[in-house]
Amino acid sequence: MFRTSLTTNLILICLLVVLAALPPFLGIYYGNMVTRLMILGIFAMSLDLLIGFTGLVSFGHAAFFGLSGYILGIVMMDTETASIYWVLPACLGVTALASLVIGWFSVRTSGIYFIMITLAFAQMLFYFFNENTALGGSDGMFIFAKPTLAIGSWNPIDFEDHHTFYYVVLVSLILSYLGLRRLLNAPFGQVIQGIRTNEDRTRALGFATRRYKLVSFIIAGTLAGFAGFLEAMHTSIISPAHLGWHESGNVMMTVILGGIGTLHGPVLGAFAFGFLHDWLQDVTEHPTLYMGIFVIAVVLFLPRGIAGLPADIARWLRRKPPGDGGSPP
Amino acid sequence: MDFTSFLIQLLNSVQYGFLLFLVASGLTLVFGIMGIINLAHGAFYMFGAYIVWWLFGFTESLTLSILFGVPLIMLLGLAIERLAIAHLYQRDHLYQVLLTFGMILVLNECQKIFWGTDFYSVPVPEVLSGSIPLTENQVYPIYRVFISIVCMLIAAGMYLLIQKTRLGMTIRAGASNREMVQALGVNINWVFAVVFSLGAGLAGFAGMIGAPVSSVYPGMGDQILIISFVVVVIGGIGSIKGAFIGAMLIGLADTFGKVLVPDFASMAVYATMAVILLWRPQGLFGQSAH
Amino acid sequence: MSEPILTTVRLGKQFGALRAVFGVSLEFEPGVVHAIIGPNGAGKTTLINLLSGNLPPSDGSIHYRGQDITGLSPDRISQLGVGRSFQKTNIFPTFTCFENCWLAAQSRRPSSMRFFRPARRLVDVEARALNALETCGLGERRDTVAAEMSYGEQRQLEIGMMLATEPDLLLLDEPLAGMGSEEATQVIGLLRRLAEEHTLILIEHDMDAVFAIADLITVMVNGEVLKTGSVEQIRNSAEVQQAYLGVEEDEA
Repeated sequence: MFRTSLTTNLILICLLVVLAALPPFLGIYYGNMVTRLMILGIFAMSLDLLIGFTGLVSFGHAAFFGLSGYILGIVMMDTETASIYWVLPACLGVTALASLVIGWFSVRTSGIYFIMITLAFAQMLFYFFNENTALGGSDGMFIFAKPTLAIGSWNPIDFEDHHTFYYVVLVSLILSYLGLRRLLNAPFGQVIQGIRTNEDRTRALGFATRRYKLVSFIIAGTLAGFAGFLEAMHTSIISPAHLGWHESGNVMMTVILGGIGTLHGPVLGAFAFGFLHDWLQDVTEHPTLYMGIFVIAVVLFLPRGIAGLPADIARWLRRKPPGDGGSPP
Repeated sequence: MDFTSFLIQLLNSVQYGFLLFLVASGLTLVFGIMGIINLAHGAFYMFGAYIVWWLFGFTESLTLSILFGVPLIMLLGLAIERLAIAHLYQRDHLYQVLLTFGMILVLNECQKIFWGTDFYSVPVPEVLSGSIPLTENQVYPIYRVFISIVCMLIAAGMYLLIQKTRLGMTIRAGASNREMVQALGVNINWVFAVVFSLGAGLAGFAGMIGAPVSSVYPGMGDQILIISFVVVVIGGIGSIKGAFIGAMLIGLADTFGKVLVPDFASMAVYATMAVILLWRPQGLFGQSAH
Repeated sequence: MSEPILTTVRLGKQFGALRAVFGVSLEFEPGVVHAIIGPNGAGKTTLINLLSGNLPPSDGSIHYRGQDITGLSPDRISQLGVGRSFQKTNIFPTFTCFENCWLAAQSRRPSSMRFFRPARRLVDVEARALNALETCGLGERRDTVAAEMSYGEQRQLEIGMMLATEPDLLLLDEPLAGMGSEEATQVIGLLRRLAEEHTLILIEHDMDAVFAIADLITVMVNGEVLKTGSVEQIRNSAEVQQAYLGVEEDEA
């Protein structure tokens, strides 16, 4: 079951304080990068709800991330201003509906089938946008204006301002994290964790497991849609690549790198992944090659991810060095 | 659509379906027998196409290039199986997906480093470059018919291999009961290595023989991989027969989709899949959970 | 005589060419411990799986308290008040004992589609979970992770989880399998106590245990019911001796 130790909570709060204090020192490039990584953190957390807590390995999670961005793009296509009070619900509503439909098919299957069916549905959406010339085809589309929070002439938060948007994303990240924590400790969260651990037994106890899996799929999809909404607001561009399977693979990688089933791990993973990629781009001509090698190495040597690292190190330290002989007392 | 155009599209569907079958059969065998989900399978197809283009530069002959190329791809498959896949047999599907995803990144980048990002074409062999006249102004290229025939022979060969030989028996037994095969004293690691290498060879061969028609370009492996997944899901994981039927269905859906609903041809493929799964969630020839 | 709580009518299950269960018509009386015995491959576990909804029957029907439950899913049947334990230990290994029973107890809430209020505040669930833990004898092991317990304790937890769902009818598939004699004695005591308030359908290989607990015994051979009777009747039946006990001796 989901538990966090006091140490973990303290570390998370410290990291949060750092994130909140950081913007004045970051500059535009790194400010944007950290904003983006926080968004990817939300995206990765939503996938962790599926993989780490429900036991559903979805390989099409980017579909919801990108779909939400496209809805924003379509809504803003012919308009100068739009109110976020209906634009955001529209984006999330469509994403929720899409995850309901895709989930309805997918949760009927399990194992390899589930992986491939989610992948195939995501590809279907990918091609829908990729071949739709009205929406820019494979180039995607620009989002020229952002929806505003203004009521009349009063605009409490200006999304156009980089600093402000940074904090909007930070607050979104915190709320998503706390919301998911709450969810996992609520009756619903107990059931899906039961499903991940032993689905047959959960059903034998009297839970209609398929329904719970579907609802988990919808929640995760909608949260991914929220991340996609922020991403499209942030970068002002949306393209089929956002829905593609490379994106789905990357976010899956982020979850594993950070630590599956830990909730905060995927956020750490997003940062580690992002900074590594940024650094590789500086030092080599072939960042993708080294990224691939890195991914393989993580799977082989670090299956519990960054969040599991302290425990792994502790276990390693407790072992006496070779040659010393004997087992620990 | 008049009858001749229909016939042309039908022949195209069959030819595309056969190529898909060669790729998907390896994928489904590796799933069914080894329990491994291998995303890097498409890379063998791509490397097949590139290697045949590269060898063609020396040999000037498609046949020779393929003869040299297939063993190369099989060696590549063997190396990958021994170095990486062998560590994954006991692991969760999630890690298999990720490791082979990482491998795609590496292999795609290697392709770019070796051969760049240009599109290449491989000429159709002289003897097969002609066309069959269908009507006064409609013809059908002989080479495409040739592809279908060769693939058909390979499919038949595979059927014989799996149904009639000792190796095939071991493979079939391994698919249904791994422990049993080990108990009979067969080295299952050896069987796995052979199956994986064979699957790589089939995908590579598909890339090679298809190269003159499809041309050779970066990312061609990813495209065929996803479609092959659809084929495998439709046919039922682990079923060669299912892969064949699935490949033909997708060949038809894709080819006729392009003619009838050109804007959403790629979606036609996935819609086909959705309909079939609605009807049979475990695929046409898949084993149900119970 | 009271109405039977569970009735099967010509129940059958076919796996391909294999007839695992065939023509089983049985009546289970409330408050009775009804043991089902038979040699390996007699179809006992298949029968339990049919009763609990884990397998759909090929023939016949099942009625629980007069309601036709043939073909219902395991969760629906569980919700009607039929609990089951599994032959192969089937628990949540990464959960603590308390969490295992908690989830079981939570299943009796009208709905668990509750997304915000912490589950731990549901006092009724907590009481049921703790009660089940006490009854199955694991009160002391409340916060131990299930995977770290002995095999016998895990078997006890298995029963505890079933109890936390507050069933009326218990389907027990070899509750003593693989236990040492001391643990077995403990579990037999537990089953006796359960029998006071529940109806038990019990599969067990340990004949001493069966003779000690059961009120009624049904002997199955090759998927069919050979005989149903009291402990004495079964013990003294020549038919049973030959078909079942005789086989055991040959094997030994």
